[in-house]
Amino acid sequence: MDMQASQPSHATVSAPSVISAAGLGLTFQTNDGPVRALSDVNLTINKGEFVSFIGPSGCGKTTFLRVIADLEQPTDGTISINGMSPREARERRAYGYVFQAAALYPWRTIEKNVALPLEIMGFSDAEKRERIARTLALVNLTGFEKKFPWQLSGGMQQRASIARALSFDADLLLMDEPFGALDEIVRDHLNEQLLQLWARTEKTICFVTHSIPEAVYLSTRIVVMSPRPGRVTDVIESTLPRERPLDIRETPEFLAIAARVRDGLRAGHSYDD
Amino acid sequence: MMRALSWQSLVAVLLLLAALFQLPLANVPIAMTAPAVAWTTLILVYGFLLAGIGADTFMRSRLWRGIVLFLCAHLATVFLFTLISDENGLARPGFYVVLAACWLLAWRCVEILSGLQPRSRAGRIILALIIPAIFGAWILIIWEAVTRGLGIPFILLPPPSAVFTKLIFSLSVIAADVNQTIFKAVLAGYLMGCASGFVAAILADRFPFMRRGLLPIGNLVSALPMIGIAPIMVMWFGFDWQSKAAVVVIMTFFPMLVNTVAGLAVTSTMERDLMRTYAAGYWQTLFKLRLPAAGPFVFNALKINSTLALIGAIVAEFFGTPVVGMGFRISTEVGRMNVDMVWAEIAVAAIIGSLFYGGVALVERAVTFWHPSFRNGKA
Amino acid sequence: MSEARGNRIIPVLVMLIAIVAIWYAGTYFMNAPFQRDLDRRAGVTRSSGDLFIATMTQPKPTLPAPHQVATNFFENTFLRKITSNRSLIYHAGVTLSSTLLGFVIGTVLGILIAVGIVHFTSLDRSLMPWIIASQTIPILALAPMIIVVLAAVNLTGLLPKALISTYLSFFPVAVGMVKGLRSPEIINLDLMHTYHASKAQTFWKLRLPASVPFLFASMKVAIAASLVGAIVGELPTGAVAGIGSKLLAGSYYSQTIDMFAALVAGSLVAVLLVTAVDVVGAIVQRRMGARPS
Repeated sequence: MDMQASQPSHATVSAPSVISAAGLGLTFQTNDGPVRALSDVNLTINKGEFVSFIGPSGCGKTTFLRVIADLEQPTDGTISINGMSPREARERRAYGYVFQAAALYPWRTIEKNVALPLEIMGFSDAEKRERIARTLALVNLTGFEKKFPWQLSGGMQQRASIARALSFDADLLLMDEPFGALDEIVRDHLNEQLLQLWARTEKTICFVTHSIPEAVYLSTRIVVMSPRPGRVTDVIESTLPRERPLDIRETPEFLAIAARVRDGLRAGHSYDD
Repeated sequence: MMRALSWQSLVAVLLLLAALFQLPLANVPIAMTAPAVAWTTLILVYGFLLAGIGADTFMRSRLWRGIVLFLCAHLATVFLFTLISDENGLARPGFYVVLAACWLLAWRCVEILSGLQPRSRAGRIILALIIPAIFGAWILIIWEAVTRGLGIPFILLPPPSAVFTKLIFSLSVIAADVNQTIFKAVLAGYLMGCASGFVAAILADRFPFMRRGLLPIGNLVSALPMIGIAPIMVMWFGFDWQSKAAVVVIMTFFPMLVNTVAGLAVTSTMERDLMRTYAAGYWQTLFKLRLPAAGPFVFNALKINSTLALIGAIVAEFFGTPVVGMGFRISTEVGRMNVDMVWAEIAVAAIIGSLFYGGVALVERAVTFWHPSFRNGKA
Repeated sequence: MSEARGNRIIPVLVMLIAIVAIWYAGTYFMNAPFQRDLDRRAGVTRSSGDLFIATMTQPKPTLPAPHQVATNFFENTFLRKITSNRSLIYHAGVTLSSTLLGFVIGTVLGILIAVGIVHFTSLDRSLMPWIIASQTIPILALAPMIIVVLAAVNLTGLLPKALISTYLSFFPVAVGMVKGLRSPEIINLDLMHTYHASKAQTFWKLRLPASVPFLFASMKVAIAASLVGAIVGELPTGAVAGIGSKLLAGSYYSQTIDMFAALVAGSLVAVLLVTAVDVVGAIVQRRMGARPS
């Protein structure tokens, strides 16, 4: 089961934990009374892992990501990022966040969009130029520096937003259904590129999705969640190798993991039907 | 439980201390009041203000802190003003220092009230009314204090209290003016202008050639200073209200035309295709889909026009009227330097204008409740 | 492309021609009674064709014919010295200067108010209702008093008129900018939050650029309102120059042709101003990468 140890590339024996949540809960106060968005989440994510969060809408997967990013405050339990509170981690720019939409600023060119976090964090001009070139190359957007967002396809826009999240070299990448709005073919392509990028940069990635194949294809670990209240129902370690061509999705091993994820989702659902 | 002193309270305390070195706050003519009265008033003012600061610092409930601050700040203001109620130009620097303290506490009160999030609808409505009301009241208070305290020439800027007195004593004159200007000219012109603009928009919509021709012209005309036709209308239709109504018709026609045409174009192709799959005719599509969708635009025009109509009628009266009407009164009383009467007319026009606008906004809320702008409780 | 433009121009031209035709017909019907009255007193009998021509050439017609207005406008614009009291360019210039001054002050004021409202809840809740209420007040009614009162303290000329323009133009800008500064989506604000951006950084890098289209849209409204303010500010007695005073003088002496020419001048100024704002807006937004429409 313990695939971590058998991975040759990340040969750290006891990987330090990047995120650790204990008894984490979050209750929203709404006009219709309190809503339990997250309840008793216990999870440790180690350095270099690629963890997917999957579940139906309302299961709290996005909320969990937003708690890590200090965009929401938990009401119960504790969470730490690199041993710090989410707030401290945010103030030290410990993570890059990729949203559902590219959220590029329409009045900035692609390179200026990538430069945005660098400007805010006060990088020097020379360093800005170097980082823009490097991260745009990383997402295969070299040559599109001077284009405005509307001149790019949806997939390219999302890649630009990933470049923006990578530009300041945070070790942690939080991705909230980044490819949800794209069509299947573009999505496959971006998934492949994301895996290569992960292998090259050795970042820790938390990835929210509602697609089972996507979760299985990308992850070293899959966290299955279910709604009302939002909670973790299963954590599945992937037995797939790190090197994953697209056609790995037809292998029995892949299908077995996918089936287990599907079972987990179904178990969560039967709860309230 | 002692909480941190808010900066407004802190500054207010300092101001109150500073004012003690500036006594007396106002020069009261010796013959008029016993010094004891002035002292009592002073103690009352300080008492209320200190009570307010105490409440701000020590009270737990935000709601009660807000209420107590509201009462203390404004009672203190009322008593403070009794010090200069006798004659003009008697306030000394200390008066303004204490008034500033009152204002700071009112500000603190607004800040606390703004932070409240009442659960009940009634609570939210009361809050939405009282916060701007405090702001408006303080504009008047400062206006009053400056004009009376500094003895600003009456002609330049009369104190609100004088305007109010004038308003009460000339109610019959003002009522006649309102009747002439609002109920005859504005109402008739507004109804005719909006109705004809609306009908013209439907016609333009029915015949695309007309729409393509009229829309650019309409857009252009709504940017023109249409008020300039007022003297011509007066020449054509005479001095009475008909000429003012004509100005209002012309001023309100184009905004209604342009907005309605724009509103009729907002439905999406998909929505219109749906009507086509039902084999709905032009008029069915118009009444079932496009007119309701155009609702927000039509109401926008009605709101814009409510202000334009008032302006049109009043300004048109500057060019000649029978000896009644708000515009007439304003221009003649300015000539006689009776500025309090002018301000009284303006105040009445402002109230009527706001009521008019508010009325249209209320109807809008009831009719186009489905529009996203109303769903979050934001107008 | 050219067909689309033709589609737009032809209907407009037809409508314009229809308007001019209606205008001529109106001229005939509105001027004919007075002309007949005049002829009866003078003992002249005219054929109907002659009468038609006579209604088009009255010196003080009830409704001047389009060509009369055009001629008057042309003479007073191009054939007079600019410094002449009768030059429309001179009067338009006077109005234009107070319009622009008022517009600039109003726009700056409107932006400042909007920035305050967006950043302070207490300002939002106490000031916003009054900004809306302030525009339901027929402020133009105050114009004569502001002029007269300011004249009483020796403040005359440009500033009093500009103040009226300011009052009329700050509102659309304030309301438009509040909308514009609040236009960034939550996702974009969250993004700035994840960068731990300061309030000032969020303002300069996100809110302000996002509000630019709103700013120009509201400036178009504001500059038209500003012109109206300047013209009405010229109406009270004492104003000797400007389109408003020209209108007033015309109404005193029943110089309808002069009045219509002044109106045309005012309208032209309005069109020029609105177009100028439009063009600047288009250039700025193109520079900011707006998709060409």
